[in-house]
Amino acid sequence: MTLSPFAKIALRVFMGLGLLFIYVPLMLVLINSFNGDRTFGWPPHDFTTRWWSAAWDNTGARSALLTSVKAGLGATAIALVLGTMVAFAVQRFKFFGRDTLSLLIVLPIALPGIVTGIALDSAWRSVIEPLGIGKGLFSVIVGHATFCVVTIYNNVLARLRRTGVNLEDASADLGASPGQTFRYVTFPMIRSALLAGGLLAFALSFDEIIVTTFTAGPGVTTLPIWIFNNLFRPNQAPIVNVVAAVLVVLSVVPVWLAQRVAGPEAGASRT
Amino acid sequence: MSTLGSFLHRHPRLRLAGLLSAPLLWLVVAYLGALAVLLVSAFWSVNSFTGVLTKQFTVANFRTILTEEVYRNVTLRSLWVALSVTIICVVLAVPMAFYMAKVASPRTRKWLVIAILTPLWASYLVKAYAWRILLANDGPMDSIFGGPGYGLFAVVLVLSYMWLPYMILPIYAGLERLPDSMLEASADLGARAGRTFRRIVLPVLIPSVFAGSIFTFSLSLGDYITVQIVGGKSQLIGNLVYANIGAANNLPFAAAIATVPVVIMVIYLVAVRRSGALEEL
Repeated sequence: MTLSPFAKIALRVFMGLGLLFIYVPLMLVLINSFNGDRTFGWPPHDFTTRWWSAAWDNTGARSALLTSVKAGLGATAIALVLGTMVAFAVQRFKFFGRDTLSLLIVLPIALPGIVTGIALDSAWRSVIEPLGIGKGLFSVIVGHATFCVVTIYNNVLARLRRTGVNLEDASADLGASPGQTFRYVTFPMIRSALLAGGLLAFALSFDEIIVTTFTAGPGVTTLPIWIFNNLFRPNQAPIVNVVAAVLVVLSVVPVWLAQRVAGPEAGASRT
Repeated sequence: MSTLGSFLHRHPRLRLAGLLSAPLLWLVVAYLGALAVLLVSAFWSVNSFTGVLTKQFTVANFRTILTEEVYRNVTLRSLWVALSVTIICVVLAVPMAFYMAKVASPRTRKWLVIAILTPLWASYLVKAYAWRILLANDGPMDSIFGGPGYGLFAVVLVLSYMWLPYMILPIYAGLERLPDSMLEASADLGARAGRTFRRIVLPVLIPSVFAGSIFTFSLSLGDYITVQIVGGKSQLIGNLVYANIGAANNLPFAAAIATVPVVIMVIYLVAVRRSGALEEL
């Protein structure tokens, strides 16, 4: 199919407009964080950096950020272990129910967040709470880990499929113990897949709000929960603007990291 | 340690059991168990005077959902929103993905993929918040276009904005796999652009579009946060579930409503599976 020059130009214009549609709202968030006017009239008349220093001193936002990082790291750590285990089991063994298992791993992310959220909430209240472990940061980590497993699983599985078992067999033939083979052969092969999957898992957890709403104990406020709680309070708007701007800027970091570590294919899918 | 390692090496079934025990305990016992309990509790009820949970089988919740007009309307409205969002995303994504895969130079293509990927990492709430500012009274949209303000239209617009990259990426991946030589061959054999599109491009496009639609459809169907932020007074299924857990404290009824999007999603997945969409995910 040879496209006429007109069709090519039309497509190019469409692409440009599409990119504008995607980026204008994000740019607006950045500009608004410097808006000097307290009522955020549009267009902004004067610019200031004082909201940025005010946000830096805001203890609520800072402790929420810390909570989010803790939850993200905890969930990612658990997901790394569980996801890698399932990927090895599915790739290296044949067993009854293998196809069902790979479907089951996708389920926590395919179902609406509110379903996963209330399911985990009622299970926690009826099974775990009687054991004396109330909802808190730990229950958030458990909830997040449940839907983070899939990102690690997908990345490690794809890597294992590509690399095969020849190198591991060679290592065993040359007299390495299974532990040595894992440390010197298997782990280096899957390291970048673990990093790409872990990055994705952390980002998913860091951004999650619905499951968090239902699994967080009293007083546990992650950054998305903090933003949501302050979204409808006009006097907090300047701080929310800055936090939002920071998150927009930070979204470049994982893409950049993934490009450097694992090539352009990494991060191509968020599931 | 090494003796344990070699012992496991000689017994692959034990190794498999070791690998699967923890994940299965987590995903099957904890997660599926929780879902099962939720499904069962949809058949329980709450005493409207005392607020105590009555664990006795009843289909009253489902009867209410099926017979009362409010719930039927909200379900239809949610379906309409999910469908509109999906259609808008397809209309925007197909030309963009086509440009990326078939018109842009390889160098530009790489940057365009990055440009589409990056917003996926920006926070969901931040995007919704950006649109809350854009759509506010006397905000940018209001002063330029004189509308549309908060409401159901804003919900469709913002959800389309959020899930657009999820539609572009599978379509792009599908088109990129289609060799240019096939398009050229079709033209050499005398087919016009329209016919080449129908006979060569479309068969590749359809499974990718369905794959993308799984995201746009299911993510829209369960959403209640965006609705709260830009929806004004409108309500979707998610809001009803949320209201019944929080204010009404009626978990059985919330669970019963929550089965509606799950059932719709399962029907949708089964329907699109025939197109080969699940392999494109």
